[in-house]
Formats: sequence, structure tokens, C-alpha cells
Amino acid sequence: MRRFSWFNATSLTLGFAFLYLPMILLVVYSFNESRLVTVWAGFSTKWYGELLQNEEFLDAAWVTLKVAFFSSTIATVLGTMAAYVMIRAGRFPGRTLFSGMIYAPLVMPEVITGLSLLLLFIGIGLDRGVLTVVLAHTTFSMCYVSVVVSSRLSTFDQALEEAALDLGASPFESFTLITLPIIAPAVISGWLLAFTLSLDDLVIASFTTGPGATTLPIKVFSAVRLGVSPEINALSTLLIGIVTVGVITASLVSKRAAVQRRREEQAAQRTA
Amino acid sequence: MADSVFAPWNDPEAKPLIQFKGVTKRFGDFTAIDDLTQNIYEREFFALLGPSGCGKTTLMRMLAGFEEPTEGQILLNGVDIGHVPPNKRAVNMMFQSYALFPHLSVYDNIAFGLRREKKPKDEIHARVKEMLRLTRLDRFAQRKPHQISGGQRQRVALARSLAKAPKLLLLDEPLGALDKKLREETQFELMDIQEKTGTTFIIVTHDQEEAMTVASRVAVMDEGRIVQVATPDVIYEAPNSVYVADFIGDVNLIRGTARARPADSPPEAAVEPTPETKPAPPKATASTSASIAERTGPQPNTLGRALHDKLLSPIFGKWIEDEPRRLPPPSAAEAPRAAAPQTPAAPPRPQDIPPGGLEIDWSTGQAAIIAANGDPVLDGEKVVLALRPEKLGIAKTRPDAPNTLKGKVIDIAYLGNISTYHVEIEGGVMVKAQAANTRRIARRDITWEDEVWLSFTATAGVVLKDE
Repeated sequence: MRRFSWFNATSLTLGFAFLYLPMILLVVYSFNESRLVTVWAGFSTKWYGELLQNEEFLDAAWVTLKVAFFSSTIATVLGTMAAYVMIRAGRFPGRTLFSGMIYAPLVMPEVITGLSLLLLFIGIGLDRGVLTVVLAHTTFSMCYVSVVVSSRLSTFDQALEEAALDLGASPFESFTLITLPIIAPAVISGWLLAFTLSLDDLVIASFTTGPGATTLPIKVFSAVRLGVSPEINALSTLLIGIVTVGVITASLVSKRAAVQRRREEQAAQRTA
Repeated sequence: MADSVFAPWNDPEAKPLIQFKGVTKRFGDFTAIDDLTQNIYEREFFALLGPSGCGKTTLMRMLAGFEEPTEGQILLNGVDIGHVPPNKRAVNMMFQSYALFPHLSVYDNIAFGLRREKKPKDEIHARVKEMLRLTRLDRFAQRKPHQISGGQRQRVALARSLAKAPKLLLLDEPLGALDKKLREETQFELMDIQEKTGTTFIIVTHDQEEAMTVASRVAVMDEGRIVQVATPDVIYEAPNSVYVADFIGDVNLIRGTARARPADSPPEAAVEPTPETKPAPPKATASTSASIAERTGPQPNTLGRALHDKLLSPIFGKWIEDEPRRLPPPSAAEAPRAAAPQTPAAPPRPQDIPPGGLEIDWSTGQAAIIAANGDPVLDGEKVVLALRPEKLGIAKTRPDAPNTLKGKVIDIAYLGNISTYHVEIEGGVMVKAQAANTRRIARRDITWEDEVWLSFTATAGVVLKDE
């Protein structure tokens, strides 16, 4: 082992400061007594109280959650289907083109995606509202799901499905009873990814939103344009808290499962 | 008589369980199976053996229903199953990777196929219990596949594929993932289970030892065709081609030209040692006796010869004779020995060698090899004598045998129970001979660089047409 040198300590501090200083600042100021964001006037939790009184923010949060839930669910179904076809359907004409096109929206500027969706919705005469935001979010998060699921499927032993067929399962049964349970972790993480992407999307949502469908990012963004209020700091702190708890729980659970599995495998080898 | 031996393939009345009729399978331009016709009978343990890419796996996948034949028919009990999907066939398969469902317990893995048939619960339970007992997995019923060892996983895979009592069980390299000791045990277990359940087994393997151990018949495949189908002993002892001889086990292949042996003539003519009319270089003739060899004049070393060829002979003419120097006539004291036969061992007695068959001229200046079991049809053809190493004897003195080859030990592979000697015989051919190590190694008298005699009977080898 190398000694922990001053150089290492410095670069570590700098790197993490770069990453987390803004967030720490935001969390600290959310407990500020003063209405002025940059002036510290003592500790208080009053902005959290006010936040919960603010109907507009609560409405926006509710809309955001609804949009995120529905769009990520639809995106997961479609993305999993697309990934399955890409990995399993074998060779068909234009396969490379299709798989390339699935990933293209990943690198497409959001402004373009948003604009083109807006044009489409106007073209087909769809009134902009929650539905259009859900559709727009489904469109761009679907490819993330499909990337996550197809990377899992590519290491999935196809013999498992063949074994299920061989034992008399129909192709549908073999998918629902064998493939889906095994790739479930990838599908779930694809869903979570789509959910988070939808939660924080501002650009596409602002293109496709309409009256009564203001999402939280849009709300925050428009509020900030009138001046940063400590309420928004409080809101952001809550979001950071939720995300942190979620990530730590997920990693602890998966780590415990891995340790458990390794222990069981070793036990199996010993008793062999 | 026929009852005691299981050989339905010899019975014209027997109805085959599986019939391949002119089956061809192409993947694009590549022909994986080439116009294959073959019958497989009930209760058989049939092995498909071949190198990777020979089509054996494709053949099995067509039986399971994962591939459809491009041409031809596959009949199961007389019904064409070529285009029936895998979940509607009374055929089950045990996969090479076992393909156990990782999220299901051992019990649920075995019950999977039965549950798809929507059988009553207690019936399923009874059948799973029976399978667990058969494969000695009772204790592990509630474990997940990753919680059991490799050998146990292999048995779960077997139990799962047998649970539906298929007419035909396909085994794709079933023991490939097991270590040698476990593999051997499992081979016997497989045979036992096959006998108990009376199921027809088809096993795909590239391990010829495994195929020979378990199978009632072995089909050796090459490039989409079955080259030979026969019982293991026939495949080993009477291969029908150089390919089969070379693929199965260890073999010495000696190439030469066949000459028909007269069916009844006195065999002396055939085994007469090469006369000394045109003396070969010393130590080159099998029949040159050691006493004469000792008396050959000293030979120049390479430097001396180069000096002679490059420098001296252009100036002074040839100093070294091309012909070896003739020995002086034997002195009075040597006369009785010189009059004695030149070979120390007596020539083979005529009655040892059955008449007929072939003689193989394999190297100029060497006695022809007698193959009394050779087919006289091959007279004048280029042939290969396939000779198993264990059928060769190795000794330091010339033994009394129809065929003897003299050579030098180049390498010895000590395998514990047996040793394989790599012997370079005169004429430059490497021949492997095997001997059981009945004595402790310290007492073995043959070692590296030793001059030895290899011997074999007139029927030890198989004469095959050279390809």
C-alpha cells in the first residue's frame, strides 16, 4: 500500500469540493432565517413549513410525480420490448440501423427533441397538457431503458429460454416465467432511471407542456427567474435527501445480496 | 441368443424410434448437415461424436426443435416432427450449460415441465419426489442452483429433463463442466439411470472416451456426415476410414503400398530377411546382425566429410568410397559364427501367420508388413495401416513375431498404469507403443535412446485405403 500523501489528500478535497460545495451551500441556506438567500440570519426551518403551505409547488410536485410514474412505466414496457427484439430476433434486414436509431435520442439535443415533439402534437391537433408531457418523456426515456435492459439481455444465457420451451412452456410463458424474473433487476433500474430523468427534465417538458401541467422543474425555473427564494432551497434539499436515501438503500441491499450469494456458493462448494 | 445382446439395429423387424431421412441443414451457404440418413432405436444410448463444427450439435438441436431441417424428414415413432415447435415434442434436452433457472429452487426447476402440462398438484409432487430420489438430490430440494455444487447441478439438469418421461432424451455435452473423476462417476450414473428409466438417450460429445463408455452405438461425424456408426468395440478395433481410426483413441498410421499375399503359398517367401546383395548403410537394415555392425569401419564425422568434399577431393580425387567398404572374409575363428543365420532371432514360424491378406511395402529397404486381415481387393493401392499403440510389443531383443520394427526410443510418456514409448523406427517414422507398467518404474529396463524392437501380430492392425 502506498502512503496517503499530501498530494492525494489535496486532489481528493478539491475534487469533492467541486462536486458537493454547491449542494452543501444550498442545503445550508435552506435553513436560513432570512428571506435574502445570501445573507445568513440564524437557523430556522420555517421555509419548510411555508413550502408545505404553497399550493402551487405542491400541485407542480403532484403533476411531476404523475408524469414521471406513467412515462417511466410506459417507457419501461416499450424499452424492454425493443431491447428484447434487438438482442433476440436474430438477424433481420436493417437490424444495425434499428439498434443505432434506438440509441440516437441519447445524444440528440433536448431542444430538438422537444421542438419536434411540439410540432408533432400541434400537427395532429393534440391539446398540450399532462398527456403530451407523458408522451414526450416516454419518447426520450425509452432509449435509456432499452440500453440498460439490452446490456443485461446480452449476457443472458439463451439456453434458459430454450430449456423452458423444451420443457413445454409457450414462448409467452418462457418470457414471463423465466426471462422476466431474471432480468427484473435491470428492468427495475431502467424504470428508476426513466423516473429520475422525467423528474428533472425541464427542456422537453417546457416545450410540450400546457395549461394545468406545470411540472416542478418548470415551476422552480420560473420562480427563480423572479428571484431565488429560500423555499426553493428547502424544496431542493428535500429532493437531495430523498435521492440520497434511495441510492444508499439500493446499494446496501444489493451489496448484502451479493455477500449472501457468495457465502452460499462457498457453502455449496464445501458440501460438494 | 439375440435376447441377451441388445442390438436392435441388426434386427430387420425392429422399428426405429428416430429416423433421419435425407436430412440437410444449411445456414446460408454453410451446410451443417449433409443429406443424413440414420435410424436410432428405442432404449438405445446413441453417441454423436466428432470435432467441433462437425454438425453434431445442429443434429441435436433439430431433434429438440430449435432448428428446422432445410430438406428431408425427421420421424419420431413414424411421425414427421421436423417442423413441430420444441414445446410440443415428446423430446427433452439436457443442456451443456445445464440452463437451470437461477431464480427457482431445485424442486421448482424439476417441477417446471410438469406444471406446464397442468397436471394435478399431488401427481406433480410425487413425480418430483421420484426424480429427486433417482438423482439423490432429496436433501437439496429447496436450494437454489447457485447453492449447490457443479455435480449436483448436473443431476438437477438431468432430473428436470427426465421428469416429463420423454421418449427421447438429448444430452448436449452433459459432463463437459465436471472434473475428470466426477465425470467418470457420472458416466456410470448416466448409464444406470438410462437403464432404469428405459429412455432412449442421444448424447453429443467430443470426448471419445465418454462416448465409448456410455454408448451402445457411436456415430462418428465429420463435416455434416456420419462417417461410421457402430458399437464402441467395432469403432475402435475396425474403423472404416483413416479419419475414424485417427479420431478415436491413439493410433499409429503407417502409409504404404499394398500387395496381395498368396492365400496358401509358403510364407517364407514373404518373410525372408532382405538378402545382403545390395548392402544398405550400416545399421539401416533390420536384418543386419549386431556382430557385423560392430565391425564396420570408422565413419568420418561431418567436419571431416566437409573437408574432404570441399578441399581434398577436387585436388587429390575421391578418398571416401561411396560404397561401404567390404569386410574382410571371416577368419578361421569367426567362420562358424558367420555361417550361422544372420538374424539372432529365428524367423517367424510359418504356422503363426495366417495365409492370405496383404503385405504392405512401407519403406524401401524395410521388410514388408504382413497384414493377414487385409482385404485383397486393396492389392496395388495406397493404403494406411492403422495400428493401436497397445497392440505393439516393445522389447530390447528381437522377439519372435510376424512383424518386427527396429527403432530408437525418443520419448517416454509415463502415465502411471501404462507408459507410451515414442520410437523412431528405421525409415524415419515415429511409432507409439504402449506397455502396461506391471513392474515398478525403477525396474523398467527400457529408457531413452535405447535400441528396441517393436513387434505385432499379422492381424494387429487395420488396413485402410489411403485418402
